[in-house]
Amino acid sequence: MTARTTTRPVLVRGADVLGQGTQDVLVVDGRIAAVGSDASADAPAGTQRLSADGLVLLPGLVDLHTHLREPGREDAETVSTGSQAAAAGGFTAVFAMANTDPVTDNTEVAERVLDLGRRAGYVDVHPVGAVSKGLAGEELAEIGLMARSRARVRVFSDDGRCVHDARLMRRALEYVKAFDGVVSQHSQDPRLAGATSCCHEGELSGRLGLPGWPAVAEETIVARDVMLARHTGSRVHVAHVSTAGSVEVIRWAKGRGIDVTAEVTPHHLMLTEDLLAGYDPVYKVNPPLRPTEDAQVLQEALADGTIDVVATDHAPHVRQDKEHAFVDAAFGMLGLETALPVVSTVMVRSGRMGWADVARAMSSAPARIARLGTQGQGVVAGAPANLTLVDPDRQTTVDATLSRSLSRNNPWHGRDLVGAVHLTMLRGRVTAREGLVWGTEDVPEEEL
Amino acid sequence: MKHLLSVADLSREEILSVLDTAVSMHEVQHRDVKKLPTLRGRTIINFFFEDSTRTRSSFEIAGKWLSADTINLTGKGTSVSKGESLRDTVLTIDAMGVDMMIVRHPASGAPMQIADWVGCSVVNAGDGTHEHPSQALLDAYSMRRALGDLEGRHVVIVGDLTHSRVLRSNLLCLQRLGAQVTLVAPPTLMPSGIDTWSGTDGFATSYDLDAVLPTADAVMMLRVQRERMSGGYFPTAKEYAVTYGLTKRRLGLLQDHAVICHPGPMNRGLEISADAADAARSLVLDQVSAGVAVRMSILYHLLAGEGSDQ
Repeated sequence: MTARTTTRPVLVRGADVLGQGTQDVLVVDGRIAAVGSDASADAPAGTQRLSADGLVLLPGLVDLHTHLREPGREDAETVSTGSQAAAAGGFTAVFAMANTDPVTDNTEVAERVLDLGRRAGYVDVHPVGAVSKGLAGEELAEIGLMARSRARVRVFSDDGRCVHDARLMRRALEYVKAFDGVVSQHSQDPRLAGATSCCHEGELSGRLGLPGWPAVAEETIVARDVMLARHTGSRVHVAHVSTAGSVEVIRWAKGRGIDVTAEVTPHHLMLTEDLLAGYDPVYKVNPPLRPTEDAQVLQEALADGTIDVVATDHAPHVRQDKEHAFVDAAFGMLGLETALPVVSTVMVRSGRMGWADVARAMSSAPARIARLGTQGQGVVAGAPANLTLVDPDRQTTVDATLSRSLSRNNPWHGRDLVGAVHLTMLRGRVTAREGLVWGTEDVPEEEL
Repeated sequence: MKHLLSVADLSREEILSVLDTAVSMHEVQHRDVKKLPTLRGRTIINFFFEDSTRTRSSFEIAGKWLSADTINLTGKGTSVSKGESLRDTVLTIDAMGVDMMIVRHPASGAPMQIADWVGCSVVNAGDGTHEHPSQALLDAYSMRRALGDLEGRHVVIVGDLTHSRVLRSNLLCLQRLGAQVTLVAPPTLMPSGIDTWSGTDGFATSYDLDAVLPTADAVMMLRVQRERMSGGYFPTAKEYAVTYGLTKRRLGLLQDHAVICHPGPMNRGLEISADAADAARSLVLDQVSAGVAVRMSILYHLLAGEGSDQ
């Protein structure tokens, strides 16, 4: 078959839409044309039929927090390989963090990342702009120019580093109001948790002799930032919340009407500090894995909406950057391909969340926070056909060697997860199916 | 026993076996000809990624007196700065066919990681702020020589506990041997979560050195690095010495039989006064002497046993 799927209508038959009932969904010209009983009737001649019995249909997933490493560390990941991992993981849009080399602190780099993403064509790649020049935390980056650029940057973050200077954070929050931007903060007071801090401060860090990363180093920054958001009337987003104390502060702030949103990573939901006992750097991540009690509070906070979003913090690293002594090894772990299975296992199988909640936390909420009009619209007629089909009962054993990522720092290797991405569709075009991926240049070799 | 990575891996029986063998090794030290043929043909690499004088020379002498070929390597700044991973660095040495790597590393846990990667035996000669097992074994040896069985004995450990690998190994070792341990330090230098450390029954903490000294059978003073002051752990050296140092006045609080240990190097006038360091009850030089014997015993347990199987 030579026809591009972009041009051919698709009828998704019998999918459980958001886990709320079986519906047919018709996709024409990259948009959802009809949902429900009309869908089948409206299907034009030549429509491909995709049987989705037993599958759950979600709006395409949106990741607010991804490291694609390009430009600068193309040996660890490229925009293309990271995009492929994203598509395989059910994502239709990702936000690429600014800590590249050169840093995404100007229009040129932002547009380059955007263009690399478009050329690859697996997911929409949106660059995150740096808050400060060179991530140095001293003076504002060209935030406004990045917002006005073709990349239309709305999310700004020095992620990897905290905007620790209160005055700079205040100015950034004020400044982004002009274009309804948001500052995503990596909350880590560098005086309380320095560059070598790598293990949750507590009994385990004491026993292992690893530099402690106390919960309070995150919580004091979260507390300060919500007050700055209140003072400036601006929006702050708390990246990778990892402690129960941060959840308390965020809950309090939301109760006061402060415009704060928050994300949690799949690894902070499921993995805990005890994994560090063997000093394996695959478990080294920033912020560090926390005790079970924190993970439980994070799960509850995600379920009740205190935490708005699941974001991966996908952080690829080449082997030689991880095969050092624990304190010397790089921070970070892969996440794009395992995010949905982890959320399914931890949140859905346990009954804490339904699939509609997953759609909120992994699609509509991140799209709304980033002011993205083309994603996270839900499975409704007229919306762009960004869709993810999930097999909710399929159990897989994670195999790091099968990743689309260039890197292998996968803490989930060997774990059994329940719930797998079956198919991903970006504006009506299939970008991933059963682990195979297709970009703009590719034509699927087989029919649906 | 293939590796010696942490005292936590040793049973009470294994500790006692190492200490008992050390007694006979210690006798060798007083002979004119000190060499035993036990490890002839075995190759031991002293791989020190961090400066050390006493531990490295102690291990080197121990190896030589057992007739092993010992080679010193310093890995300071090699791996990370050259872009080579620690794994590559140690696999290179392991591939040469060595029998044992004795590793000192500034990063906690590095010897455990290395033991997972290489085929040879690995001895932890001090890793970051984690453990220093051979030091704890030689401390136990010295205290047993002075006090006899340590069961029920009260050992007070004082100093920069947060950053001390000697503390962590000693705590595990002394508990295995049935001693009661009291840790004394300012709250800023107590390891985090000390009160809930798992598997650590039979120890107490205190901020009041004067209160615990009268019941001590042994006092172990740990080095306080002067750079800790810039970290704000305590205000001045003078304040530390007055509050937590083993001063001449505090010597008077000790029982007659109580002994004083220090793993060295000592900061005279800071954590330990000259009167205490040079007192008859001070075991400081005995510890150094015992160090060679205990390390000979460690090498013997790890390599000779393995050799006899072949």
